[in-house]
Amino acid sequence: MANTAIELPPKGGFSFDLCRRNEMLAKKGVQSPSFRKTGTTIVGLVFQDGVILGADTRATEGPIVCDKNCEKIHYMAPNIYCCGAGTAADTEAVTDMVSSQLELHRYATGRESRVVTALTLLKSHLYSYQGHVSAALVLGGVDCTGPHLHTIYPHGSTDTLPFATMGSGSLAAMAMFESRYREGMTREEGIKLVCQAICSGIFNDLGSGSNVDVCVITKGQKEYLRNYELPNPRTYVSSKGYSFAKGHTEVLSTKITPLKEHVKIIEGDAMEE
Amino acid sequence: MLAAAQKDEKKDQALKNHVGHPQTGRDCPFTLLNSPISHTQYPYVTGTSVLGIKYKDGVLLASDMGGSYGSTLRYKSVQRLKPIGKHTLLGAGGEISDFQEIVRYLDELILYDNMWDDGNSLGPKEVHNYLNRLMYNRRNKFNPLWNTLVLGGVKNGQKYLGTVNMIGVHYEENHVATGFGNHLARPIFRDEWHEDMTFEEGVKLLEKCMLVLLYRDRSAVNKLQIAKITEEGATISEPYAIKTHWELEAFKNPATGAVGSW
Repeated sequence: MANTAIELPPKGGFSFDLCRRNEMLAKKGVQSPSFRKTGTTIVGLVFQDGVILGADTRATEGPIVCDKNCEKIHYMAPNIYCCGAGTAADTEAVTDMVSSQLELHRYATGRESRVVTALTLLKSHLYSYQGHVSAALVLGGVDCTGPHLHTIYPHGSTDTLPFATMGSGSLAAMAMFESRYREGMTREEGIKLVCQAICSGIFNDLGSGSNVDVCVITKGQKEYLRNYELPNPRTYVSSKGYSFAKGHTEVLSTKITPLKEHVKIIEGDAMEE
Repeated sequence: MLAAAQKDEKKDQALKNHVGHPQTGRDCPFTLLNSPISHTQYPYVTGTSVLGIKYKDGVLLASDMGGSYGSTLRYKSVQRLKPIGKHTLLGAGGEISDFQEIVRYLDELILYDNMWDDGNSLGPKEVHNYLNRLMYNRRNKFNPLWNTLVLGGVKNGQKYLGTVNMIGVHYEENHVATGFGNHLARPIFRDEWHEDMTFEEGVKLLEKCMLVLLYRDRSAVNKLQIAKITEEGATISEPYAIKTHWELEAFKNPATGAVGSW
């Protein structure tokens, strides 16, 4: 066959070559390095004036909490935010990338970004990587067509929902939503339900913990409430602070080395040029 | 299937049913002679979650009546809650045939207890302990009874609610659940259960959780039973259905205003 007009770009794009090698190594018992996952409970719900997104703040590396207060609600556009669960690097990279693409698009069109634009950019990126980009997202925003809430799965499928949860704590949070959600809630009721759902994830799921972040998006306005609720304060903190007065530490031996002896003062000419 | 040489042995041991296993030398039935010993099991017909809570007068258990055969909802009238003796109720998720076997063991246990005719009867703590031993010992022989059991009861004013699972993990709590109920119902219990709930409050809480399970557990069916056990005895309700709500505006036309998504 003659050379076709379609040429692959010389660099860039995901090379799947090493995937087979990795699978082979895994079968032989070689453990792949663990990555920083966001464990996570992320939620979103549509209320009467817009969308409320919520997330916990714990990031885990295997069994260890590596970040007690990370940010899982990512900026996409002034009117669109996105919560991310799964591998932290993947959620950060993919939301950053689509956020830049949206900004360029805003300059090109001169209009406010729409949520479906972000949705389409995200889902086509994730689909082309066939689920290897492990990012599960809850995308919410208000644009000229109204409030929208979507979930995006690592393989690229999406749902449009009035309320949604993702992450390891999603069942605990969904239990709260399914039993308490109503249509047309006010802002206070919405925030309260989002907090209850995230707290349910924090206290009933091991992969989620620490604090609650909330983001409220309405027409023309957004409020990013970082650490809206802190349900896990340090319980035992000394009110006097921690001071280590003299006499509290036992001195075993003392050795004094005067430093002056090692410094030789040479009287001499100033440095020549 | 017997090897030719072993047919002679069979004649010698005409009335014996057991021989030494060729590989391990241990006592084993004929049927296992030419096979490596293996009791690996997969559950075939399974029941989904069972929920249990303590309330003012005793204990309430709830479960649906579904028996799934893999991904088919094959049986819709399986009673997964059974009264045991005078003081206990047993609910089970997991393999239905193993549950039936457990009920048979417990029937025998209660029968022997009654035959003593000493005015004493096995309470929920005793039955729970018996089930622990049963499940744990079966697990140690690599031949588990593939169930998660919820056991509730009242004896001498003392309320008891506990659970045992197929590997022998057991504990006692104010509210328990099996299977999916652990993920969907326990968070609600932890938030809304309180000491000394009335019967109506208890039923309302259980129904709320069963509704969430109905929405989100694929093996749930809308035909449930609530069982109550108090000092007076056990009652299991008639099967009934709960009302589901699908009238959310957003479900009527999910993609209006978001043309381009699906």
